[in-house]
Amino acid sequence: MMDGPVGNAPRDAANWARKVDRLQVTDPAEPHGYNIEGKRVAGPMNGFGRLWQRLYLADLGTTVTPEAVVADWRAHFGDYWPRMGRFHSSLSTIQPGDVTALTAGGVTTGIMVLYADDTSFTFLTPEGHMFAAMITFSADKEASEKDAAERTIARISMLLRCSDPLFESMWPLARRGEDVFWPGVLRNLARAHGVTEVTITERTVCVDRRRLWANWRNIRHNSGIRTVVHALSAPIRRARAGRTT
Amino acid sequence: MGSAHMAVTRPAPGAAEIAIVGDVTAACEDDLMTAHEEASDAGATVIVLDFAQMEYMNSGGIGMLVTLLVRAQRRQQRIAAVGLTDHYRQIFELTRLDEAIVLHDDTASALRALAPKEGR
Repeated sequence: MMDGPVGNAPRDAANWARKVDRLQVTDPAEPHGYNIEGKRVAGPMNGFGRLWQRLYLADLGTTVTPEAVVADWRAHFGDYWPRMGRFHSSLSTIQPGDVTALTAGGVTTGIMVLYADDTSFTFLTPEGHMFAAMITFSADKEASEKDAAERTIARISMLLRCSDPLFESMWPLARRGEDVFWPGVLRNLARAHGVTEVTITERTVCVDRRRLWANWRNIRHNSGIRTVVHALSAPIRRARAGRTT
Repeated sequence: MGSAHMAVTRPAPGAAEIAIVGDVTAACEDDLMTAHEEASDAGATVIVLDFAQMEYMNSGGIGMLVTLLVRAQRRQQRIAAVGLTDHYRQIFELTRLDEAIVLHDDTASALRALAPKEGR
């Protein structure tokens, strides 16, 4: 995390991750960081496929504040994931600069927390992740025709490209998976705040139809391939470890 | 939280500068895209974003810049950023935006670097 505001430091200084060239998993005891260690982050301009802007939102009603939702979301981020994914974090709450492994759809990769404040937090993905993406989780107040009071809306918004040609070829499948996964997260979050009946709204816009062929070599980082190789080579690693102990 | 104000000027033929004043968040996307349209309507091939008077930016602001970059690339425009403090310069580097948006200290050096070369 960047140092807190000092002297003329901008007021958002503590919200941003400190600049790093290569990622290291925040929890050194975490065994799932093999597809993150030493990688660079890959924002939407570093991917390969079409650029998509996706949004999922859920109306959490009038009783909970955006600050309370985001504080809870940051503290229990992985707890709200559906069973198809696992967020391998032992950290108490999400902080700028955290680097955490995750497994989704059988593929192990990770995220870096780029930014976090009272009402939002943002992840960047590492090289090799299925998506070169920036994903923001936020909550805010919105006026409603139904109630006099403003309603709290939880949002997951993402700007993403598939990282490489292989993942791009899997985009239709991945998109369907995302359309199950993220609404599942929002339903679990809503339930934790006493909202059992929640409607999830989804919007998808293609921002850029071009594929960035200059980035086709990203496939060398492909976390799907590397997860399979890691699993297949586990017996060799175990045998080597046995010889050295 | 306040909002940003965008002012478009034309520092050189074929170039436009968008001075961004205030807080840069996703909420100012319409203002920035309008400023970009205004800059593009005059045929600018170089767009300089002047952040010297920016007071604050959150991650939504970075996302907005990615969208602007895509629009500029579609129009075959080059984008430079000037007036960034060390803090925001590091954020551009962290997010690798600096690989697509060239960072310069001031508008004059950005224009010298990006202006179309005679006889090419």
